[in-house]
Amino acid sequence: MVEILVYLAATLVGLALLLALYRFVKGPSAADRVVAFDVLTIVGITGIVLVALAEGRGIYLDVALVYALLSFLGVIVIARYLERGL
Amino acid sequence: MSPLLTGMTLVLCVAMIVAALLAIRDPSPEVAKTDTGGLPIAILAAGLVSLIASILFLILAAPDVAMTEAAIGSGLTTFLFFFVLGRIRRHETSGDNHD
Amino acid sequence: MIDTPLNLLGALLLVAGAAFLLLGGLGLVRMPDLFNRIQAGTKATTLGTLLSLAGVACLQPDWGLKLLLIGLFILFTNPISSQVLARAAHRSGVEKSSLTSIDRLAEDQGAQP
Repeated sequence: MVEILVYLAATLVGLALLLALYRFVKGPSAADRVVAFDVLTIVGITGIVLVALAEGRGIYLDVALVYALLSFLGVIVIARYLERGL
Repeated sequence: MSPLLTGMTLVLCVAMIVAALLAIRDPSPEVAKTDTGGLPIAILAAGLVSLIASILFLILAAPDVAMTEAAIGSGLTTFLFFFVLGRIRRHETSGDNHD
Repeated sequence: MIDTPLNLLGALLLVAGAAFLLLGGLGLVRMPDLFNRIQAGTKATTLGTLLSLAGVACLQPDWGLKLLLIGLFILFTNPISSQVLARAAHRSGVEKSSLTSIDRLAEDQGAQP
């Protein structure tokens, strides 16, 4: 039962990644793509946690920690660029 | 490798190929007329390729390589490209009389 | 994994978080303009990630501290990045969708919508 539910969760995360990727490809302006990039990073964090769960190795969570810090800094730098203030 | 990781690898590979094609795509004419062209979109797509590559490294059981790819490829390179792009844009809009 | 009640709760939380992530992605595709996309793409995914992290913490209680740290980072930084991005988009002149600017009073007084 637990296995089936974890598989279902991984499928839903994969679908969310594909939907955000569609917006990344289609998005009319650069700001839309930045939003899609942010969502893709967060979905990627969940994906990393799922990989760590499937492999059963807690050391993989460090990569998710790095991404949780980096997505914030990245979006702020890109927003400063879009604001023409960099 | 469990079926979960196999399916995740397939989805990530498709997403990585799409992002790489987006990074090298020619910009459409109305985008190419703006002052920086399609460069911000290409930089973002390159960062996305790096993000997916680091998850794939993690699936290949290399967490140290994945962490380096996350910090350098997806973080520092993207910031540096945007920083340089902002400097170039400011230089071009302030007049090029001192070079 | 065996079906203890804690494991079952963790798996259900994981599925709920993944469903919120899917709803965030769906909103990102379906919403009409940038500001609505920021709403869908940040709030729903923040909740989805936090629920997923809570589910994994129920499935693997040893990882609780690290998962709590990741959750705290996401909870603090994600609203800030959303606000900064919305401000940048507003200042650089992204146009709003006509669906979101409803002014019933002006319509009642005979102005053109």
